[in-house]
Amino acid sequence: METILTVNHLTKKFGYLTAVKDLSFTIEKGNVYGILGPNGSGKSTTLGIILNVVNRTSGDFSWFDGNTSTHEALKKVGAIIERPNFYPYMTAIQNLKLVCKIKEVPDTKIQEKLELVGLWDRRNSKFKTYSLGMKQRLAIASALLNDPEILILDEPTNGLDPQGIHQIREIIKQIASQGTTILLASHLLDEVEKVCSHVVILRKGENLYSGPVESMLASHGFFELRCSDLDKLKELLEKNASFGKIENFNGTLTAYLKEEMDAESLNKMLFEKGIVLSHLVKRKESLEEQFLTLTKNN
Amino acid sequence: MLRLLQIEFIKLWNNRASKILIFSYFILICCIALISVIKFPFGEGIRLADLGIFNFPYIWHLNTFIASLLKLFFAIVIVSMISNEYSNKTIKQNLIDGLSKKEFLKSKLSMVFAFSIISTLFVFLVTLILGLIYSDYNQPSIIFSDLYYLLSYFIKIFAFFSFCIFLGIWVKRSAFALGFLILWYIMENLGIRFLVWWLFGQKSSESVMPFLPLESMANLIKEPFTRFNAVQSVAQQIGENFTKDYSTHWYEFLIVLVWTALFIYLSYALLKKRDL
Repeated sequence: METILTVNHLTKKFGYLTAVKDLSFTIEKGNVYGILGPNGSGKSTTLGIILNVVNRTSGDFSWFDGNTSTHEALKKVGAIIERPNFYPYMTAIQNLKLVCKIKEVPDTKIQEKLELVGLWDRRNSKFKTYSLGMKQRLAIASALLNDPEILILDEPTNGLDPQGIHQIREIIKQIASQGTTILLASHLLDEVEKVCSHVVILRKGENLYSGPVESMLASHGFFELRCSDLDKLKELLEKNASFGKIENFNGTLTAYLKEEMDAESLNKMLFEKGIVLSHLVKRKESLEEQFLTLTKNN
Repeated sequence: MLRLLQIEFIKLWNNRASKILIFSYFILICCIALISVIKFPFGEGIRLADLGIFNFPYIWHLNTFIASLLKLFFAIVIVSMISNEYSNKTIKQNLIDGLSKKEFLKSKLSMVFAFSIISTLFVFLVTLILGLIYSDYNQPSIIFSDLYYLLSYFIKIFAFFSFCIFLGIWVKRSAFALGFLILWYIMENLGIRFLVWWLFGQKSSESVMPFLPLESMANLIKEPFTRFNAVQSVAQQIGENFTKDYSTHWYEFLIVLVWTALFIYLSYALLKKRDL
């Protein structure tokens, strides 16, 4: 598989504070990556380093095959960091023309990209007259001008209203479906869960996990069960070796699996023992729960 | 290089404030011609132009000196063109979009270089036209003597503008950078001049001054007024004799060029070292 970005033992210190500590990960073409971490965990600093605006203290990173200089590589990258930064006195078109000049691409794609984010009608308005949502969408259009190999988004829905968040997510999904590699930094886990196939989890600048979303926790999931005789059900499950912790919450039993078991066989087994379930759901921990478990205990 | 110049041009040209300032700067250069209509109210009125101040080759000296005073006006454009990149955070976006820090500085420098050339050309044309109208001597050999004042002018303003770029990058806020420029001027002229004078005497003060950045730039074109014939004859009548060296020496050029290189290097070092 083609490698887009390799990060090796990257460290960044701001005085006494270590913002990024010995971080390594790779990004392969075609996947959608999420960088997760609480506020101040080094997400933006990491992105700042690979995007040439923050100097690293030690370690290194390389774009693509490793033979291109960072600023040349960035011409094949689309990136949005924190707030959208454009020249306030220039219109959307003028701003995008400038970006085309910097990225050395022809400015023929401006119309297509502005239409994609729904700003073509406002193309001749000055940037300073835009709402935050529009500014963010213009930033996405700008990042897509060169049809990038990888799109890097840092908190793209920060500070937006629900409509704005929805619009941005739709655009991201649309781009992901076209096969563009995406690196999305966020602390909004449902956002990441919806679009990402791989995650890198940071805490205080350290890499806690990097890999596919599914194998994040070695867990077999859990059952949510309801029936008329909860006590009998609980007793039965406690005797079964497949189950670990069992919790009763508001008339629903949550039974955590220690080994793999499907819902059908559980149902069959319980029925044979004379218990008829009124509610049976097998679930995996959500990304949020897994994330909290990972970042809490280490 | 052309690409970098185009990038800078888009940024400047779409900004109404800087467009107005740039236009005003060049109009002001043309306004040097207005000196010719100044009249003194003696008797029937003596026009300044009739006193021979526009005689070749003296006019090259006079006009480049006056025009270089206007550079302070253009400093506003340069300082704000740098500091706006910081306050709008567009410098960060430029780098993310694939401009290197070196290219960023180069695009600013090439813009400033272009403006210095245009400004020099303007001064050349205005002076040539004024001279052709008013000068008492119109032989080509006299007209085109002392043209090195234009070179001095070019180096002087380019060095000054490089200083402005450095201040803009260093201070990052246009108002503070301009304030600092004025503070620097006061520091050189009052602070260092009199400190050295007080500590080591007038001689050492006079020998230190030519090495300071703004003073060395000023030395490239020395004040032309006492050189003017009419002023000299008046001075002789009251028993004062100006024997001053008005020419520019090679080491004076060298000092300015060293400062220019230093400012450009420091700007680059600052850009490179800083996290954005």
